[in-house]
Amino acid sequence: MLRPLLLPGLLLLALPGPLHGVEPDEILADPAMEARARDLGRELRCLVCQNQSIEDSDAPLARDLRVILRQRIEAGDSDEAAVDWIVERYGDYVLLKPPLRGDTAMLWGAPLVALAAGALVVAFALRRNRHAGKGDGP
Amino acid sequence: MIAETGHFALILALCLALVQGTLPLAGAARGHEAWMKLATGAALAQAAMTMIAFAALTLAYIHSDFSLRNVFENSHSLKPMLYKVTGVWGNHEGSLVLWVLILALFALAVALRGGLPLETKARVLGVLGLIAAGFLAFSLFTSNPFERLDPPPVDGRDLNPILQDPGLAFHPPFLYLGYVGLSVTFAFAVAALIEGRVDRRWAQWVRPFTLASWTFLTTGIALGSWWAYYELGWGGWWFWDPVENASFMPWLAATALLHSTIVTGKRDALKSWTILLAILAFSLSLLGTFLVRSGVLTSIHAFAVDPARGVFILAILTAAIGGALTLYAVRAPSLRPGGFFAPVSREGALVLNNLFLAAGCFTVLTGTLYPLLLDVVTGASVSVGPPYYEIVFVPLMVPLLLLVALGMMAPWKRADLAGVLSRLKLLALVSVATWGIAWWWTLQASPLPAFGIALSVWIAGSVILEYGERIRIFRCPLRQSWRRARQLPAASHAMSLAHLGVAVFVAGVTASSAWQTEIIRTMAPGDRQDIAGYTLVFEGAGMVAGPNYDAERGTFVVTADGRHITRLEPERRSYLVQATRTTEAAIHTTLFADLYVVLGDAAGEGAHVVRLYHNPLVPWIWGGALLMAAGGAIGLVRRKTGPP
Repeated sequence: MLRPLLLPGLLLLALPGPLHGVEPDEILADPAMEARARDLGRELRCLVCQNQSIEDSDAPLARDLRVILRQRIEAGDSDEAAVDWIVERYGDYVLLKPPLRGDTAMLWGAPLVALAAGALVVAFALRRNRHAGKGDGP
Repeated sequence: MIAETGHFALILALCLALVQGTLPLAGAARGHEAWMKLATGAALAQAAMTMIAFAALTLAYIHSDFSLRNVFENSHSLKPMLYKVTGVWGNHEGSLVLWVLILALFALAVALRGGLPLETKARVLGVLGLIAAGFLAFSLFTSNPFERLDPPPVDGRDLNPILQDPGLAFHPPFLYLGYVGLSVTFAFAVAALIEGRVDRRWAQWVRPFTLASWTFLTTGIALGSWWAYYELGWGGWWFWDPVENASFMPWLAATALLHSTIVTGKRDALKSWTILLAILAFSLSLLGTFLVRSGVLTSIHAFAVDPARGVFILAILTAAIGGALTLYAVRAPSLRPGGFFAPVSREGALVLNNLFLAAGCFTVLTGTLYPLLLDVVTGASVSVGPPYYEIVFVPLMVPLLLLVALGMMAPWKRADLAGVLSRLKLLALVSVATWGIAWWWTLQASPLPAFGIALSVWIAGSVILEYGERIRIFRCPLRQSWRRARQLPAASHAMSLAHLGVAVFVAGVTASSAWQTEIIRTMAPGDRQDIAGYTLVFEGAGMVAGPNYDAERGTFVVTADGRHITRLEPERRSYLVQATRTTEAAIHTTLFADLYVVLGDAAGEGAHVVRLYHNPLVPWIWGGALLMAAGGAIGLVRRKTGPP
């Protein structure tokens, strides 16, 4: 996966190499466990790729993480425990959904702030518009 | 010699852009008519020069002139002719020449347009001249495509094989047409701020450019995601990658602008906001260019090592955005407030449309820039990936999509909410019933996918209702309805078609993400596998030679209920020069689903890892985008008769 090297070559679309992800020999026998591993894997970043989850990447590190994740699940870990196990070793950077903490509050708050600020502006403008409308008459 | 001609033409274009960007603006300020009239001539000449430069570079690619560094680095004599030509913009330097060419062509369209007052035309072309000067200087001083190599190499390094694909070959030009088209609305906004006047006429000048940009952007993004879908090998089509977001943000802003311009044009309202949106839409295009071109996305540190290009775009970005926003802050308060409307009205619905689109755009912007900013400020690294956007962006789009029906049903100026709702009563019942049935039928724990389908029914239903009401179908003889349909303005057909596209798109996105079937296994020749009603038999894989690659090609025979359906032949290609591998998925498309087959690694004794996917309604994603773009294109048709 040589995405960083490919990037300058293209204008405005991501240029990942072919994505492969899960190989048959990794798949767990229990479909329920495999489904859990898939869902969790989609939220974990392949650390050597650009913006790819370990499910989508054929980088060796992604494969290692997929295997570790499945081992944890087979060992009876809950979803949280399995992810925590990986985060403990690889850091928050591995989470494609960043945790809510002090320095990500603004990230998670952005949509609400934008919506609230926008709603205030709209309310204010409508009020002004109504006053202006009284002058014009309907 | 050809290359030098191109180089010289590019330098002349810069000189002309500088003239176009200064004298007409000064002339408009001083009432100096001759200076204002210079704008048209300068725009014509600049268009001619950039065409010559672009043609020269294209010729160098066609002739495989490897004495040009740019051709050497991005082409190869064995490459198919199509990709020799599209390779012109498949790299940084060439893509900039395409950018300035498109900019010059848009300026030409403004220059040749009748009915614009001399001052306005001079100002719009002046602003476009300044933007062109910035990008031409960027091209000439940091990214010269005409640089020579001595001695010339025997052959080139070839174009990245991933770019040697029809979907990606035409993705950049469409995207650029969209980005650069927004520079025209930007220029009109700046001109309006200088003149302190925004009125319906202004909205009518701007509308075709907004509509064209939006149509091109829609097409460009759809092409890119279609490519990702069939090339990347597992059926994903959108990754919330920063590079994708860079094109999605201008699209969101342009969509908002499209709707607010309608309000300004029809009702002379929302002027100040429309102007701001026009500025922001182009600013986001520039930001997207900066993010992608500067390498800042790969890593902040890579950017710091070779900052020349990034800093140059940052300077253009700061000058354009900063200048325009300062002008806006100074001049916007003096714009005369526009027409009155009640909160419950079509205007009101379009204001909400803009609210949700703007909030969505801001969210994507935050998600894209936050990791960079956090890294710079605190040194902490976080990843913002698809799960984030699914949580924050999708909920912002749901109310927007619910609003589509209300917006189309509400009359201008003042609407009776009860009346609008009563016209939608039956449709609401049908939609809720669809939700329930789809939920029950798919036996899924989550009601959300079924909700997506219901949402699609709701939007499509409201489009049909609205259209039916307009042509009074079943309320008068069919012949009369037909006549009414033919007399509807193009804008009305455009709205119906584009919103129908939204409905189709929503259904496609929902079904393909919720109900995909995936089978990953090893198949030996002769093995069978059932998937979603199809039976595939793997016949084996063999080597075939392409023009500039070798491929391993697998053959699958597809049957359903014993009937032969098709043969699917996915490939794994090895490109010789760059030693790069690509996968070519084989796809059997029907109206309702794709059967998608990828050949994986060899697993010994002729066996291969095979990935099989059944992607329900996935063709609707691009079908929907195509309908949206078709709506945009129809909206561009000008009516011959009738009042404006």
